[in-house]
Amino acid sequence: MPTVDQAIALGLTAAEFELIRAQLAPREPNEVELAVFSLMWSEHCAYKHSKKLLRALPTEGPRLALGPGENAGAVTVGDGWVVAFKVESHNHPSAVEPFQGAATGVGGILRDIFAIGARPIAVLDSLRFGEPDSPRTQYLLDHAVGGIGHYGNSIGVPTIGGEVYFEGPYEQNCLVNAMALGLARADALIRSAATGVGNALVLFGASTGRDGIGGASVLASAELGEADADKRPTVQVGDPFAEKKVMECSLELLERGLLVALQDLGAAGLSSSSAEMASKGEVGLDIDVSLVPLREAGMAAWEIMVSESQERMLCVCEPSRLDEVLAVCEKWEVGGTAIGTVTDTRALRVFVGDELVGDMPVPALVDDCPLYDLTPQAPSEPLYAPPVRTLEHDVSDPGITLLALLASPNIASRLPLFQQYDSIVQSRTVRRPEQADAAVLALPGGGAIAISIDGNGRRVACDPYTGTVEAVLECTANLACAGAEPLGLTNCLNFGNPEKPHIAWQLTESIRGLADACRALDVPVVGGNVSLYNESGGGPIYPTPVVGMVGELPDAARAGRSGFARAGDAVGLAGPFRPRLPGSELAKLRGEPLPTELDAIDIAALRAAQEAIRDAVRAGDLASAHDVAEGGFLVAVAESCLAGGLGATLDLGPRDDLEPALFGESPGAGFVVSGSAEALARLGERIDVDVVGTVGGDALDVTSGAVLISASIDELRAAHAALAPLFP
Amino acid sequence: MKFGVIRFPGSCDEVDAVLACEHVPNASAQLLWHGDPDLHGVDAIVVPGGFSYGDYLRAGAIARFSPVMESVIAFARAGGLVLGICNGFQVLCEAGLLPGALLPNVGRRFICRQVQLEVVHSTMPFTADTAAGELLSIPVKHTTGRYYAPPEQLDSLEAHDQILLRYASGANPNGSSNDIAGVRNAEGNVFGLMPHPEHAVDPLTGSTDGLKIFSAMAHAHG
Amino acid sequence: MTVHARVLVRPKAGILDPQGVAVERALPALGFEGVANVHVGRLIELDIEDPSQLQAMCEKLLANPLVEDYEILEAQEQRPDADG
Repeated sequence: MPTVDQAIALGLTAAEFELIRAQLAPREPNEVELAVFSLMWSEHCAYKHSKKLLRALPTEGPRLALGPGENAGAVTVGDGWVVAFKVESHNHPSAVEPFQGAATGVGGILRDIFAIGARPIAVLDSLRFGEPDSPRTQYLLDHAVGGIGHYGNSIGVPTIGGEVYFEGPYEQNCLVNAMALGLARADALIRSAATGVGNALVLFGASTGRDGIGGASVLASAELGEADADKRPTVQVGDPFAEKKVMECSLELLERGLLVALQDLGAAGLSSSSAEMASKGEVGLDIDVSLVPLREAGMAAWEIMVSESQERMLCVCEPSRLDEVLAVCEKWEVGGTAIGTVTDTRALRVFVGDELVGDMPVPALVDDCPLYDLTPQAPSEPLYAPPVRTLEHDVSDPGITLLALLASPNIASRLPLFQQYDSIVQSRTVRRPEQADAAVLALPGGGAIAISIDGNGRRVACDPYTGTVEAVLECTANLACAGAEPLGLTNCLNFGNPEKPHIAWQLTESIRGLADACRALDVPVVGGNVSLYNESGGGPIYPTPVVGMVGELPDAARAGRSGFARAGDAVGLAGPFRPRLPGSELAKLRGEPLPTELDAIDIAALRAAQEAIRDAVRAGDLASAHDVAEGGFLVAVAESCLAGGLGATLDLGPRDDLEPALFGESPGAGFVVSGSAEALARLGERIDVDVVGTVGGDALDVTSGAVLISASIDELRAAHAALAPLFP
Repeated sequence: MKFGVIRFPGSCDEVDAVLACEHVPNASAQLLWHGDPDLHGVDAIVVPGGFSYGDYLRAGAIARFSPVMESVIAFARAGGLVLGICNGFQVLCEAGLLPGALLPNVGRRFICRQVQLEVVHSTMPFTADTAAGELLSIPVKHTTGRYYAPPEQLDSLEAHDQILLRYASGANPNGSSNDIAGVRNAEGNVFGLMPHPEHAVDPLTGSTDGLKIFSAMAHAHG
Repeated sequence: MTVHARVLVRPKAGILDPQGVAVERALPALGFEGVANVHVGRLIELDIEDPSQLQAMCEKLLANPLVEDYEILEAQEQRPDADG
């Protein structure tokens, strides 16, 4: 009979163990029940330290098709189509085994998408590592990128973008967040609620092994310690070929109308998927684990219930359709097996043949995990050491500073990563990586969606509230440059240990910022994921809310570009741009301590500016639009030069604030635009536009009073290629 | 003109290939399931890209033995037009319908990027809609795309005008021998290439240069 | 009665083996000196009733004789009651 010590080893507290005992009294929980409860009541499944805070997020909107609570959220995009999307973390598995961790992260988020009946159409990734001069970072980066490519490329879903940052606090706790999108007819979406007493429960996909037992759920709820190497054998291995077949099988089952409900098996495997399905349908489920196809002999019932073997799905169908369901599984070689029945007991009952080995009330598993209040406390001293200086303070030549910033790991071209991903399969990709600020995918009716994922953790570390608002506005700025209006937001909140007051403060402030920004922008949160306890001996990660957004544009052919397109076009700096050096990439290169607050943001003013940019792009007025992000104005101009293969000549006039003007940051507020003089004048009727120069030539030449900056496109490109040596 | 596009478990670009065929005026396309040896009366076959059977033993090695491929091999031996793209090229090499083999890229990594191809020969039935020396902008995306044939076979390919496409000078992404991007068989009715012409048929998504290969096949069919 | 066999497949001599090159370059960086001629192949294990078919299997499917060499490593008798 399990003891409280075993419960604690499984990640429960003594008090939680007592609650579980009370649920099952007068008998004691057995090993199957304790294993299932420990996973269902883990942070990963129960969100017990974040659920109360997340209730503050706005989740309603006119374009919402499916909100939080299902496997993925979805928004309507016209003509009866919906786009489903979600971002999820796979941080701890990736820190242990980066190739498989990243690969199965992609596999897991794809299953969430097709579990609601949408065909996956794109993946984006948000990655965080330590500084790239560290061998550990090089190893993690290379293998995580390899794993993402291995899975996405093999399954035929394009990886269309993403982001990566390199910062010291991620050295021991890398972040691997994967976002996926799917396309579906609105009337074809399926829920995960098991209904219909007597209906059959069918497991299909890969066979079940011991992989991941005590994996994601337990790993995701404990700080990484020195025993990492011992956890390696339980890492899940991804098989994209198996998932491809499971995906096609799922979509065919749905297309033929054979299913009542569909659910993927993710963290906590069969336990979580069956309990969630039963909970949503307000039914019970009887499962006979002796029917589950096994990869390894001699697995105990509890092992089968908690296995995290990948590429498995669970569905409910009417008994009269069971043969057809199994035939489709046979066609796709994914081994469908009826393993259980929907009951009216509201209990999850586990059998081995005729023997009952576990009997748990579904509401207790899903709803009765205690939720905790945090005890936030703002830190009185800096939580993070200043970044390591890589650029001397006394470099005053802005040309040298420009090249140093372009070569900075957080700014350098991401193409060395992106070229390892298939970005074009499925023939929808209108803007590939680094052609525009957001990826753009064509929709069936001639319109398009734009997608961006953002989150500068260092700025959130400076000021969790404002930094999070900035992350949202950076994301909408990217959409605006593509010509897209935001429809919905998904997020992945990556933080340290929330039981510590300063981390609790970061999390609380960040969610407050996320909620305020979404309300001010009228963008609903369609779903999300929380990854806590991202700390190790080196201290907590930067608080990292990763924001993914989907926007729509009416005409795919007019999707914006970030690169200058025509010699002779005027170059303008548009928007309420108020650049500041503290907290900037340049401040980081100079090793300056993080400021303790960032300038407050007038969200309404930024929203108006972004709408003006969006309208100008949609009207075809602008040849290019690129938001000023890390590195400031001059870096943005250089990026537009590089993306278009064209130089520019700018005259900024004499200025006594040249350094902040060139390299200061003001996220989401400034845009480098190019177009005809008339087009920029039209834009200037709505927002501030400072016409500063002309596109042309093969160099970037800038004059400001007596200061001259000149760099050839080749010099800029060489600096911008700084990440290439990481992929020898 | 009716194209048939093979669908193996693990194919990725089969729907893209159907869309590309349908860009050709008066052409249609249908998917052909790997387990069905019936070619359903199609006029030409496209073996598409992807990772057939997971590419787990060796790229294309298992797909080559699927029921539909037995029919495709017979179709090709009888003079039918067969186009193999990327994994399809690997399958046709494994099946012995095309000379040579595809090996892992010199750089070992998957590469996805637009490349410039040079048309070596403008000839029926695959490159007649291009001009010799013309540069085509078509993407590559593969890990196993380094074309290899023994030196004497390379000489023979060159001598018999079997090399239809090369990577343009400096654009060889994978270390292929003689910059070879696409070869045909000695009879001229089977053509394989690593770049993806089906991903270059619409200005919205990049280039239209790849369409010329599909349209040439339709013209050859008449 | 089945026989347990192992087939080793490796790149033919003289054909560039980028995986082997990568490993060969990586080892000195980890402090392992004096390593040369690294090649990466694959090992195929199988239980087979008629080992005389192995060579044909290699020629037809397990290896591509144009670019790969194969070697049938060993064929141990296996008891029918062995696991698997």
